[in-house]
Amino acid sequence: MERTDSELIAAVLKGDAASFEPLIVKYQPRVFATARRYARRESEIEDIVQEIFLKAFNKLKSFRGEAPFEHWLMRLAVRTCYDFLRGHQRNRETAFTELTEPETQWLDRFVVQPDTASENASAARALVDRILLQLSPAARLVITLLEIEERSVKEIAALTGWSVPLVKVRAFRARAEMRKIVAKISRDKYL
Amino acid sequence: MNLQKLQAKLLAAARKASPSDHVPFAFEKRIMAHLAKPIADVWSLWGRALWRAAAACVFAMALLGGWSFQTSSDESPDLSQDFENTVFAALDDQSEISITEDEAW
Repeated sequence: MERTDSELIAAVLKGDAASFEPLIVKYQPRVFATARRYARRESEIEDIVQEIFLKAFNKLKSFRGEAPFEHWLMRLAVRTCYDFLRGHQRNRETAFTELTEPETQWLDRFVVQPDTASENASAARALVDRILLQLSPAARLVITLLEIEERSVKEIAALTGWSVPLVKVRAFRARAEMRKIVAKISRDKYL
Repeated sequence: MNLQKLQAKLLAAARKASPSDHVPFAFEKRIMAHLAKPIADVWSLWGRALWRAAAACVFAMALLGGWSFQTSSDESPDLSQDFENTVFAALDDQSEISITEDEAW
């Protein structure tokens, strides 16, 4: 019979480290998907996921069991991803003259006929990745959670450990930052 | 160009592209291998270093003690007297100086 999360956690806390493995197997797809939102290279993603699970193992004593283990783990995952973004913010500056041919074509199509430019196009996804890469760590985190994952401000506050007003302030600044980058694209390309 | 529309379109594109949840083969084994490694405990490392330092100090003390005993036993029979003379040597010198200064007056 499959053991529940709380049984596995209790076993780990008693010193049976092997009981942590089923927890990793169960939650690693979700943690990988989360890490892939913030990092691009597969080696970086694997390092982030590894760090998340090692932190979870070492901090397991602080898990009080009031909320599901998954929520606790995802909080840890989001905070670790944020730390990763803060540690890699030097890679943010790339000029928009480096746009690829499909990205430029997608933008051209959007300028001519905004409604026909497909949201499913890989060029649009590449373009948004490029924009996200230029955002500050806090702005990128807020835009990802609020606009892309469509989470509520309260959920974001719980995930990040920030207060609700701070999330609102950061969301406002993040949108402004993103607008500035989008404006820069149009300036660089069409002026 | 309608920037607001462009921004909305790009965010919609990002929403549609949910990231893959693919896990590399046997990734959990990699994490378990890390967990099996002994965790470096700073306090135990510090304690071990202190014990090593203490052993070295005891060895040096024994060596110096042996050496001083050897040399003092050749010249004078009383080590305690030699020790006292060494400690009070500076004071003896100062009192001699003050006596000669008094005499000069």
